[in-house]
Amino acid sequence: MNEPTRSTHTLPAPPLMTPAAGLRFTPTWTLFYKEVLRFGKVWLQTVAAPLVTTLLYLVVFGHALGGRISVYPGVSYTAFIVPGLMMMAVLQNAFANSSSSLIQAKVTGNIVFLLLSPLGPGEIFVAMTAASIVRGVVVGLAILILALFYLHLPVIHPLWVLVFTLLGAGGMGALGLIAGLWAEKFDQIAGFQNFLIMPLTFLAGVFYSVHSLPPAWRKISLINPFFYVIDGFRYGFFAASDISVWLCLAVSAAFAAVTSFLAWRLLRSGYKLRQ
Amino acid sequence: MSPPPAVWVSGLRKAYASHLALAGVDLAIPEGEFFGLLGPNGAGKSTLINILAGMVHRSSGRAEIFGFDVERDFRRSRQMLGVVPQELAYDPFFTVREFLRLQSGYFGLRHNDDWIDELMAELDLADKADANLRSLSGGMKRRVLIAQALVHRPPVVVLDEPTAGVDVELRQGLWRFMRRYNQEGHTVILTTHYLEEAEELCSRIGILQRGRLIALDAKDHLLARFTWRVLTVTFDKDPGPLPETLAGFLSGAGENTLVLRLDQSRHSLGAVLTALQDLPAQILDLHVQEPDLEDAFTDILGNMGLEQP
Ligand SMILES: Nc1ncnc2c1ncn2[C@@H]1O[C@H](COP(=O)(O)OP(=O)(O)OP(=O)(O)O)[C@@H](O)[C@H]1O
Ligand SMILES: [Mg+2]
Repeated sequence: MNEPTRSTHTLPAPPLMTPAAGLRFTPTWTLFYKEVLRFGKVWLQTVAAPLVTTLLYLVVFGHALGGRISVYPGVSYTAFIVPGLMMMAVLQNAFANSSSSLIQAKVTGNIVFLLLSPLGPGEIFVAMTAASIVRGVVVGLAILILALFYLHLPVIHPLWVLVFTLLGAGGMGALGLIAGLWAEKFDQIAGFQNFLIMPLTFLAGVFYSVHSLPPAWRKISLINPFFYVIDGFRYGFFAASDISVWLCLAVSAAFAAVTSFLAWRLLRSGYKLRQ
Repeated sequence: MSPPPAVWVSGLRKAYASHLALAGVDLAIPEGEFFGLLGPNGAGKSTLINILAGMVHRSSGRAEIFGFDVERDFRRSRQMLGVVPQELAYDPFFTVREFLRLQSGYFGLRHNDDWIDELMAELDLADKADANLRSLSGGMKRRVLIAQALVHRPPVVVLDEPTAGVDVELRQGLWRFMRRYNQEGHTVILTTHYLEEAEELCSRIGILQRGRLIALDAKDHLLARFTWRVLTVTFDKDPGPLPETLAGFLSGAGENTLVLRLDQSRHSLGAVLTALQDLPAQILDLHVQEPDLEDAFTDILGNMGLEQP
């Protein structure tokens, strides 16, 4: 038969340029852009609020303890706590971004638009984690800029600063994805933040050197991955750290790798997303 | 080789923890068809649609869009599919235009504003383009839901009760729009509880019940199976007692009216009319009602024993 079996489209058929696998730029970029737009639209809550909190810590702890403690020679106590406070904010905000975006989309039901799209698990992971990193970096940079008005802070190894920012924020973005996938209510995310992220980041050597801790506490600190992220990050500023920067790198990279792998696996299996 | 059908489903089963939502469904929908998927609440319509959309994992069986498996080849199958979900959902962070642009981007389309504008005009959303989705009425949100399904001009559109809670005027508009989209060569699959809607739009109809496809036929054939007619006769006065030839058909009576129900394939309409004329009253009006989809639907479901557990 010569008759065409297909009807003629007056509208062009959709582009068939989609490869069967791999990462496609436009869909991934769109989701990344959407996630950034989302926190940008509520910047007062997502950027300004953590900035204020951090500055309060800086002022209160810096003044209260400033004259009495010296951790590294030539570094004032206030300067010492700035990188730790920065990284604490980076970690918390990276986590908050992906977790709150996911739980919100799940609770309101608009996750359906992502699920109906041809984005694969890898693309969703990359886009959402990247947006988490951006939020972490924006908050961290804002803290740095404001802190620089207030005190002198060296940045001796900027590359280390960058590496630990990416690993810390990336790992927390991935952890936020895991929490967001697992949680069914906002409450559970809040619980995650208040009972896990907050204490772990707070006790990760932001305000003191672990060498000043009693041995038992020191051991506990050493199983906290955030301790390594913060210590390595601080090394980038002062070229001094509690433990080897390479060990910090290894632990931070392992943390980011494990959370990323888990997040990707959960996304791929459709865990709590596709029944 | 003939091209693969727009939708192809074979032996499709879905078991939820305690419940079999789809009990083996076979269905092929050729490209360009306007297909109606009907069935009572809980029949499995949305489950079937959600499996096609990749939102629900099937338990077993096959499901393909234009030959692309909905899970193994999900990128291609989803690229070809536009879905209007049953639940009203929206992202409160964005305006209508922002949302439609983002949806376009998900499907790999960067410069899609011409089509987005056309869609918004067609769906009467143009003056809401820059309004936040949160501020729209329910009917408007429903229209945005339809627009998002079409941003990538999918060759297959599935509408899961798109006209639920939509006013008459908009419903008419949506019908025109869906019919046009179908006439342009796209495949349209519609679920609805408004049978007149399916009758108006669909060329072929499948009826799901408790996870099984219990009827699948061209709409006209489905209706042609129902050969009975309802005859309403109005007289100038009480026609008195009926002769035996007519009494068997009587299904109702009012003041000076008789309602007769007869099977066209077994009874002669002519004989009935002659018998009516012999009555001692004059016929003022005569109305013959053909069965519609609603009758067919109730009848099929009735035969299948809807009431049984
Ligand atoms: N997530 C789920 N978990 C358990 N059971 C489910 C789930 N989703 C649907 N079901 C069950 O599967 C069956 C089919 O549901 P489905 O939503 O497909 O029906 P439907 O035909 O779309 O009905 P309606 O006309 O009400 O939209 C129902 O009995 C429903 O309770
Ligand atoms: Mg349904």
